[in-house]
Amino acid sequence: MVIKVRIPTPLRKLTSGSDEVTATGANVAEIIEDLERNYPGLKERICEEDGKLRRFVNIYLNDEDIRFKENMDTRLKENDELSIIPAIAGGAL
Amino acid sequence: MDFNEEQIERYSRHIILPEVGGRGQAKLLKSRVFVLGAGGLGSPALLYLAAAGVGTIGMADGDCVDLSNLQRQVIHNTDRIGVPKVHSAKETIGKLNPDVKVVPFHGRLTEENIRETVREYDVVLDGSDNFPTRFLMNDACFFEEKPLVSGSMFRFDGQVSVFHPAKGFPCYRCLYPEPPPKGLVPSCQEAGVLGALAGVIGVLQAVEAIKLVLGIGDPLEGHLMVFDALKMTFRKVRVRKDPECALCGESPTITTLKAYKEEACELRPATCEK
Repeated sequence: MVIKVRIPTPLRKLTSGSDEVTATGANVAEIIEDLERNYPGLKERICEEDGKLRRFVNIYLNDEDIRFKENMDTRLKENDELSIIPAIAGGAL
Repeated sequence: MDFNEEQIERYSRHIILPEVGGRGQAKLLKSRVFVLGAGGLGSPALLYLAAAGVGTIGMADGDCVDLSNLQRQVIHNTDRIGVPKVHSAKETIGKLNPDVKVVPFHGRLTEENIRETVREYDVVLDGSDNFPTRFLMNDACFFEEKPLVSGSMFRFDGQVSVFHPAKGFPCYRCLYPEPPPKGLVPSCQEAGVLGALAGVIGVLQAVEAIKLVLGIGDPLEGHLMVFDALKMTFRKVRVRKDPECALCGESPTITTLKAYKEEACELRPATCEK
């Protein structure tokens, strides 16, 4: 399944500036592997070494956090969209 | 509460709104709102809170106004360079609306003083510039049962949410359990930020704070608003209360305030002249 993935600003240097890319996979883990094939380095930015999502990065399936679904095993269907949303801290700066 | 003639005129565009009215305006004038950071987000938030007639505005910031701040920190001006930001902000607010009592704190909030500081307020806005402070403020607001209007920005992206675990809603740690390790996510000046983005996000925080004071509409509790200035898109995603949250979950492991070590920010001015 080809899924649209929204890339946050801090990761866009890995996607040649693209804010939206497509990736193929039946679940979130497969999408991340496919993203890593096309955009090397992306996986380590969002996942720990054991493959779990880093604790300051969330992935949303449509508007729902995958941690409250099946996490990396969350299955995808036609027209689903993933968004990677990392914590950002700037305010006073 | 009786308004004087000047107040009736000053707040007339609020008072004629059925959702606000005289009663709502009186609530605003009696309300106490705390703003952490008188910088990029704090500047627009403070201006609109003051203009709205929030009766008491507390603020904390340890920095002084720097020329490089003025690209976005609109509560300050060129004459105030070198002046503590909280004093500069107080002066601007005094000229904007004499109804507002300003309580400035020039210094950093720490695990020693943050709880007693926020205890005095109805609503807290976080416009800080680093993760350790964000987590500290989240935890303090949890223990003091205060609603926390959180705003943050990075380059062209902004995020806004309202954390209110005392009302059964998630806290910041439900969204992001731990701060990132140093160096993984840029949170210092080196990343840059679109000045006007601070206006968008800071004003959204003011809107949410005013709604919370008035008790109207649907604040962003349980949601995260993500703004992309380049695409001009707002996306709202769900924030769930995490039953495993170390702070507000079913078996909390965080039971007292604990500060994370602040990442060094090389471009931050080391001293405050005045």
